[in-house]
Amino acid sequence: MSTTSEPQLPADLLDTRLIQEQGLRGYVTGFASRLRSGDLGSMPVVVGLVVIWLVFYLQNDVFLSSRNLVNLALQSAAIGTISIGVVLVLLVAEIDLSVGSVSGVSAAVLAVGFVNKSWPLVMAVAVAILVGTAIGLLYGLLYTRFGVPSFVITLAGLLGFVGLQLKVLGDTGSINIPFDTWLVKFAQQAFLPASVAYALAVAVPALYAVSRVLGNRRRAAAGLSTQPVVDIGVRAGLLLVALLIGTWYLNQDRGVSAMFLLFLALVVVMDMLLRKTRWGRSVYAIGGNVEAARRAGIAVNRVYVSVFVLCSTFAALGGVLAAARGAVAGQSSGGGDTNLNAIAAAVIGGTSLFGGRGSAYSALLGVLVIQSISSGLTLMNLDSSVRYMITGAVLLLAVIIDSLSRRSRRSHGRA
Amino acid sequence: MTATTTDHGTGPTDARSTGPVLSLTGISKRFGAVQALSDVSLEVRAGEVVALVGDNGAGKSTLVKVIAGVHPPDSGRVEVEGWPVTIDSPAAAQRIGIATVFQDLSLCDNLDVVANLFLGNEALHGPTMDEVEMERRSWELLRQLSAKIPSVRVPVASLSGGQRQTVAIARSLLGNPKVVMLDEPTAALGVAQTAEVLNLVETLRDQGLGVLLISHNMADVLAVADRVVVLRLGRNNGDFEVPHTTNEEIVAAITGATNNAVSERSRRTAQRHADQEAQP
Repeated sequence: MSTTSEPQLPADLLDTRLIQEQGLRGYVTGFASRLRSGDLGSMPVVVGLVVIWLVFYLQNDVFLSSRNLVNLALQSAAIGTISIGVVLVLLVAEIDLSVGSVSGVSAAVLAVGFVNKSWPLVMAVAVAILVGTAIGLLYGLLYTRFGVPSFVITLAGLLGFVGLQLKVLGDTGSINIPFDTWLVKFAQQAFLPASVAYALAVAVPALYAVSRVLGNRRRAAAGLSTQPVVDIGVRAGLLLVALLIGTWYLNQDRGVSAMFLLFLALVVVMDMLLRKTRWGRSVYAIGGNVEAARRAGIAVNRVYVSVFVLCSTFAALGGVLAAARGAVAGQSSGGGDTNLNAIAAAVIGGTSLFGGRGSAYSALLGVLVIQSISSGLTLMNLDSSVRYMITGAVLLLAVIIDSLSRRSRRSHGRA
Repeated sequence: MTATTTDHGTGPTDARSTGPVLSLTGISKRFGAVQALSDVSLEVRAGEVVALVGDNGAGKSTLVKVIAGVHPPDSGRVEVEGWPVTIDSPAAAQRIGIATVFQDLSLCDNLDVVANLFLGNEALHGPTMDEVEMERRSWELLRQLSAKIPSVRVPVASLSGGQRQTVAIARSLLGNPKVVMLDEPTAALGVAQTAEVLNLVETLRDQGLGVLLISHNMADVLAVADRVVVLRLGRNNGDFEVPHTTNEEIVAAITGATNNAVSERSRRTAQRHADQEAQP
């Protein structure tokens, strides 16, 4: 045993070959070397978002106004929620092409149940979401029992559930949901009181700092290296400033939308589940190497089913939010570009199509990019022909970046 | 037709350890029309490195799979520390104390070393994974193997072949096994990395584990193994104590040079001459 009496180095820094990076400068060089080797993370989409915002701002300065940003947040919530589910299936290297039609079915069930059948609203919402859960369960069982590629299963679902949506709606082309229901009010008019928004903006960085400090204490007790307190302070501080400025700016108009906050909360919760739980670890493991995951004793099929169930459930919830925001559900609910935008958002946000790489935050970043393009082009009075083409080009760019960074990671040993 | 030169059963006389920790007798396995293993016997003692060698199709992989619980044998007896056991699944093999490191390593490239070591077996701290505890135990385990891994928080894709092998072996040790089976651990490794893995094999032996090493590489086999068991066409074809054997002897047993067309023919010719001389 090598018990070299080095003076109390933490166990994880003993190896002399480890390149040590300390302080702010070390952080910057480490970050640069990660980028060079193709470990891009969410860097391309953040840069892309800044560029897109700058370009549209220069075209029309209304784009970055409080009013437009509040609208942007409102527009992002529904598609973003659907996109969280897409991120999950992409992480296990599968795909769900039917999220749009599932959201449409759910919207139809909500409207028909509440308006035509006079169900209580809570029940209509619950049933609409549970329809998504059931569809996901069906997908999961088909996939694990018969081994049919998810691409084909969900393509069949895409067609089949458009049919179901039309069937549920019957003769009625579209059904209006009354404006005075709490659901529509929540989606259209519910904004956080300024005091609550500011309290949240302070509480989140504080929670972050506290959890880091507690984590440090445990690591120190276990003889492992710790994150410098200054580092934690700087990060928490930056987060605090960003959240305060963001809240202040949105509060110039209507404020922070409750629906957008719900979407944010879902992203954060999903991120926690993915990073901190055994379930999340098994999702990444399956995306990286299914066979290894199976040999390690992970109940692979159960994880697949859980992922398909979550994906369709998020799609259904997204459908409910979209119907609530528009106060209407009909034959066009979940149609058009809903499907493609939700899938594109996950990929643009940095979740790899090859599985095992990405985070719940991709849904947030990706949907902001897509909705920014849409909103910016509308402000420039360009019609949807241009919007489709530009969104397509951005998606293509994101996939190319994903492929290139994957190749670069391989050659730099970070695959 | 296959007059084997087996001399197993008696075992070496030096007192490295008392009984065998893993013992297989009369193992047979048939796949359709192919008798992959017939009446194969093998013993591994604690603190002993046994190399299992043989040509392609000799039945090495089948035997590995029998021991790892992937293919249960058709007949034969498996004993662990003198107790008869049934290995009918990989999980059963692990429970019994047999750890297998497969050739393709079964690592997830996108996960870091800690995540790979504890995959499917994560330590918990309330509802969440206990990363601190897992990282601490990872370092403990890697130091115990005198392994050189610069950081346990890098994805395993960034490690060298030898380091990846180290991670795979370290993972197999988490269940406190009695026998570790390594399938071609040095295939596709460079010189320095091979040496690293061979050092690791010796560390395992020094810790009193039984090691079964499957390899094609005679240099590696002779460098670390205490005993070499040769399979040929699904049967035992020799059991050699490494200090008292030569490379040629083992290769002859692998290729069947002691028992092949050439030697058979010369034996027949000799017989004919003898008969002719006997008949005046």
